[in-house]
Amino acid sequence: MSLIATLARLEAVERGRAQPLATVRHRRVSERPLVFVPMTTAGEAGAPLGALVGTDPEEPRLLVVAQPRDRDLRSAFLAELADVVLPYLDGFGDEVEHVERKETDAETGKRVTVEVELCADAPQLIVPSRAGVEFVRLLGRSMRFRRTAEQDPDTPYPAPPRVPLLGRWLTHYGERARVPGSSLLLAATDLLNRHWATGQSSLEDQHLGALLAWIEADDGPDGGSGAEAALRAELGRDREGMLLCPPAGPATDPVFDNRRLAPAMERYDRARQLLATAEDGGSADERLGELHRAEREIRRLVADQMRPTWSAVWRTVELMRALPEGSRVEDRWTRDRWSFTAHRDRVRAGEPPQPRRDDAVTAAQKLAARETAQAQLEAQEALDDPLVLAGRRLAGEAFLSEVIDVEMAWSESKRPSPRPLVTVRTDDRPHLGERVKVFRSLEGRPQTAEFVRYEGEGTLVLRVMDRMGRAKDPAEGSVPAKGDRIAWTLFEHDQRGGPKLPDPEETPWTHGGPPRTDTAEIPDLVTPEDLL
Amino acid sequence: MDKAALASALGAPGTFGQSQFAFMRGNAFEARVKADGGKELLRLLGLDDPAGALVPDLSAAGPEGRAARTALALREATAAGAWTLLDHPLLALDVAGSPAYLEPDAVVVHPDGRWTVVEIKSFPMVDASADASKVGAAARQAAVYVLALERVAAVTDGARVAHSILLVCPKDFSNLPTTSVVDVRKQLSVTGRQLARLARVEDIAAGLPEGVTFDLEGCSADELTAAVESVPHAYAPECLAACELAFHCRDRARQAGAVETLGRSVRGELGGLTTIGEVLAAARGEAGDPADPAVAALRRAASLRAEALAEADLAQQGAAAGQEAGACR
Repeated sequence: MSLIATLARLEAVERGRAQPLATVRHRRVSERPLVFVPMTTAGEAGAPLGALVGTDPEEPRLLVVAQPRDRDLRSAFLAELADVVLPYLDGFGDEVEHVERKETDAETGKRVTVEVELCADAPQLIVPSRAGVEFVRLLGRSMRFRRTAEQDPDTPYPAPPRVPLLGRWLTHYGERARVPGSSLLLAATDLLNRHWATGQSSLEDQHLGALLAWIEADDGPDGGSGAEAALRAELGRDREGMLLCPPAGPATDPVFDNRRLAPAMERYDRARQLLATAEDGGSADERLGELHRAEREIRRLVADQMRPTWSAVWRTVELMRALPEGSRVEDRWTRDRWSFTAHRDRVRAGEPPQPRRDDAVTAAQKLAARETAQAQLEAQEALDDPLVLAGRRLAGEAFLSEVIDVEMAWSESKRPSPRPLVTVRTDDRPHLGERVKVFRSLEGRPQTAEFVRYEGEGTLVLRVMDRMGRAKDPAEGSVPAKGDRIAWTLFEHDQRGGPKLPDPEETPWTHGGPPRTDTAEIPDLVTPEDLL
Repeated sequence: MDKAALASALGAPGTFGQSQFAFMRGNAFEARVKADGGKELLRLLGLDDPAGALVPDLSAAGPEGRAARTALALREATAAGAWTLLDHPLLALDVAGSPAYLEPDAVVVHPDGRWTVVEIKSFPMVDASADASKVGAAARQAAVYVLALERVAAVTDGARVAHSILLVCPKDFSNLPTTSVVDVRKQLSVTGRQLARLARVEDIAAGLPEGVTFDLEGCSADELTAAVESVPHAYAPECLAACELAFHCRDRARQAGAVETLGRSVRGELGGLTTIGEVLAAARGEAGDPADPAVAALRRAASLRAEALAEADLAQQGAAAGQEAGACR
């Protein structure tokens, strides 16, 4: 945490209200995001308890598994989830624009320009917390290797149709969420924490209810109101011991599990047993009624735990929309659209699901892509937002300056190019050494200059190096003019990709050799008993 | 001392507790792994003939009795040189001058005299990897068992304790067990050092003011609060995940305005300034020595932050004015 962020937290404590960490929004918030609030059964992997999901804040779709140990009920839940999520994802797949892209021709090896499709917009998933993002990954992993009866008639417990497909999409979204600055799958807590500093630690900031309490607190003279509201969200319980603000999931409150959910599930199990032993139509009807009542009770209980989180996520969306979007967010969103389009193409081409483990080349590529994205995100956020830039200025990685003199000069080659010397004044203290490169943004593209020398305290001379046209005299507007206020950075604005990696078929033996193609991923083992 | 009850009496109860679903699942999984005289577990260890292994009865009266019975069984098994599974043995370990009893899930004695701690956990191992924080916690827990076992092994001929433990978890999304060997040498040295450095209980008690008691039944809430206040605390946000009294300590730290309430790392960059009021006063130039590098950095940070916020405000007002002008047209 930078000193500026620390200061913001201290101010938040003093004023009893969260303080801004950004002046613009650094993530895309889609016009029609899909909010997904999952709940899981304590102690079980991949046994969802319920979910609220949908694109309309007023009308969430409620999905509940009355008995998570029942394989059929779990399957029904996943099938219903696929019915909500897949049409939403599909709705973005067909509206495309055509863009040109350079590709290497497979036969000739030459670079050729091809026209490819790029989806005009991409679907966006928003979950309450980081644990929710992990849960999306886990759900994806648990579903993508399953087989439907259609794929394999002999499979012991076939998955409902489209469930493996949902697994592949959730896996893709979970994987994309690991790329810094991407917005396909977002956690509400991450969004808020990027843009506000609260008067508590970053550990406590993972609690969505407490975090919102700080941000939504009134800016009153009484102070401390945010801290009190956050405390109430964290620990407040009603007379029966239930949390006033249930956890944002996917984990449930143990007290809720023990006092409410367990008895309700017991009633449900008993009603099912009774129904199974019913002897005549009359008693069966009655017992079926009892079963439905028990199921409704569980649905009501689980829904009550999720609804406050549902509304909290939508309030987060509203808060984020109120901030103006940073100008370079569009650029990162375009990458997200590419990511979505690429996976759409893989699914349409009938490629198999993502493997359990990436091969060496894919893993290295992913890692390199994330590193590039991280550096790019840091640079773009600083260029979009004076408050983020302030942090970099404090760290000596950027400086704000006023031009006090410009002297024309040329390079000493056969065809002299302009290399003007610009004298600037700054109050900042950048870490400059001889011939250190600095960059400024000129019409959205970076222009490079070199540090030449200091001329007294706070005055320094830079030599502009590029983007002044091909002529002997620099192009109009490409050289700083006296009186201009310019932000220079010591970090590059664009990130070049690292060295090219070999094709997977060429993986050296040191990295396990080429991946084997003859081993298709087999589905997970299932045990005959229905226990998890 | 029941810290959870003490925290409730102080009016700042923690949020600890386990869901009965998780509890049931943990028990069911352990029972499954150990079913049938531990055959499944021994098969996981790579035994071809699990039926040939010995599973001694460890029941005895009282913890001392059980610990002695365990030590005896370990000695016999090592002398016999046969695969032996000890189900829920009891080990004694000296912690800060008073004995503590530990109960590992199982200990396996190899024919060559090697003892291995087995830890059965119900979190899943998906694609051969599990949640790192949970594995770390299991390794720390098992390291304590290894330390306790080493005390017994020191007085047993031909015995040595393996410095890697066997972690048994459910495989992927099933209830089938799978195993992983976890090296606990690092946890061993850390725990060993911490145990050696622990102040003795008597010394801690001697350091308390005369007459302090945490007797929940005999004291009122006010008396308990006063008793707890008389003991120094060192709150950091990490405490919230580990200690029942953390919320109480957090209240005290917040009232005192300690900067640690915002995170341990915050403390490092603020030099000698320890309270929120001090830091803010220094940042505003109302207090503090400008020659102090921490104070100078704070002032610069504060002025840069204010400048950036003012600039953004201006930009927003400009945008709003532009919109209004647009609306008028």
